[in-house]
Amino acid sequence: MHGAPYTMYPLGDQALTIELGNTIEEPTNELVMRVFHQLQKNPLPFVSDIIPAYSSITVVYQTAAIRKAHPGQSAFERMKEALILRLQQTGDEDFKHRLVEIPVCYDPELGPDLAELATHAGISTNEVIQIHTATIYRVYMIGFLPGFAYLASVDPAIRMPRKLQPRPLVAAGSVGIAGEQTGIYPVNSPGGWQIIGQTPLSMLDVSQESPCLLEPGDRVRFYSISVEEFNQMKKSRSV
Amino acid sequence: MSILVIKPGLQTSIQDAGRTGFQHLGINPGGAMDLRAMQTANALVHNPTDEAVLEFYFPAPVLQFNAGAFIALSGADFKASVNGTDLPVDHPIYIPAGSVLQFNGKGKGQLGYLAIQGGLELIEWLNSYSTNIKAAAGGFEGRALCAGDELTLNNHPKSIRSSPECSVLPWKAFTAPFYTNNPFRFIHGKEFGLLSEISRQRFTSEGFTILPQSDRMGYRLQGPGLELTGAGEMISSAVTRGTIQLLPNGQCIILMADHQTTGGYPRIGHIISADLPGLAQKGIGETLHFVQTDLETAENLLVMQEQHLQQLKNACILQLDAYHRH
Repeated sequence: MHGAPYTMYPLGDQALTIELGNTIEEPTNELVMRVFHQLQKNPLPFVSDIIPAYSSITVVYQTAAIRKAHPGQSAFERMKEALILRLQQTGDEDFKHRLVEIPVCYDPELGPDLAELATHAGISTNEVIQIHTATIYRVYMIGFLPGFAYLASVDPAIRMPRKLQPRPLVAAGSVGIAGEQTGIYPVNSPGGWQIIGQTPLSMLDVSQESPCLLEPGDRVRFYSISVEEFNQMKKSRSV
Repeated sequence: MSILVIKPGLQTSIQDAGRTGFQHLGINPGGAMDLRAMQTANALVHNPTDEAVLEFYFPAPVLQFNAGAFIALSGADFKASVNGTDLPVDHPIYIPAGSVLQFNGKGKGQLGYLAIQGGLELIEWLNSYSTNIKAAAGGFEGRALCAGDELTLNNHPKSIRSSPECSVLPWKAFTAPFYTNNPFRFIHGKEFGLLSEISRQRFTSEGFTILPQSDRMGYRLQGPGLELTGAGEMISSAVTRGTIQLLPNGQCIILMADHQTTGGYPRIGHIISADLPGLAQKGIGETLHFVQTDLETAENLLVMQEQHLQQLKNACILQLDAYHRH
């Protein structure tokens, strides 16, 4: 982290945000993930959550506990000092990224916006599928819903803004596009992304100790499956 | 040893201090909206202060106790009674087997809490009993309670004297230090400076009314339209309970217990933690006023509340021990 500029600011009275940039770019997010892994590996006392986002990382801490352990000191200042030290210790070495391959059925029944997106892009639906499955995406952050990973960057040829009127119900597993982002709805939810397909995998499995299929910093590649394969995989999942 | 839900109430859920450590996966902390009421109710019955409790709006649930239990009610006063005996909030209460606990009117406040000595037999999800309705996990089957649900009571090591009579024990928790009424104090958010001069003034000089679309996720407010001087486009980053976001239509939302973990709207302020219990007890149609404070004050007030909770816990332990020896 030598020389990388950052700012720190309070996010309320029990959290602090480290801002490492203000763009959606891979090098900045890589830095975010390095700090995230460093803080996860060697947790600071009284920290209850570490939340990486596109270009920032937020540390949620227990103000009352810090003040009790260090009377007379501001919990924010104390946390800030500790984090400045940690940032200095965050190395430049690469950490391993997981590559998660996700099957998607791009059938029009499961991807109701696929045809419209193809028209918008001026290409065939097959070309949309080809382009969507050709990119290796990065999980920039997880938010909105439990296990909802924001993946980027979508090839400019198939970008499309979100719908003006969100759908009241998007089915769990639906794969959508919103501008340069793509993502998968982990649970049934209202949503405004352009839905182009559906995965038979569970993005959120509350019976597992690690309940979410994707974690911040993961790499994702989609591959196309038929309706039969989709049904088969979905059935074997529920057994 | 169970409680039968006869009527579920408007929205009754199991909550504790919340689920920490999973926000990087988009799993929000949740937990009791009024954490101090949850802690008070637990302290009164000698539970760990973060034991799971029932949180309910009005209309509140009707519950049948199939075993005698030590309970405490805190937060909103919904005029509770069992078998014709009125029950006050903030007292420990013994209720005999067969009691039907019901709530007869909406007094002050929005959210009531019921703690039961020993707690409930529940399955933890990610280290917490809080109900996460979106993930359909935690609490009781990951959902609000329904008629016919049966909640199993845990045994408590300090076995209670069983008695056919309902008795309200004669000490009351002093909860005033936990509650702020208007104005609610906030510290500046990162984007406060983007507000126009006039909008900054209006934010602290005018009132903001809580809209009906408000829930455990957030309070939507209707107030003077606020304007930004620059572009309001932001890259999404983490948000917390108490964060005041400015929506594109110029209105504000205050994020509450079930808030999303990240957001992209300008953060004009954060209600300080010490004022969140009071805010949780404000309901639809009530008007909020805001006054600015600083981080140091916010931290100090939180520390003072924590000290008060400790005193309350100590007092409850002494009283209850004396009662048991009696």
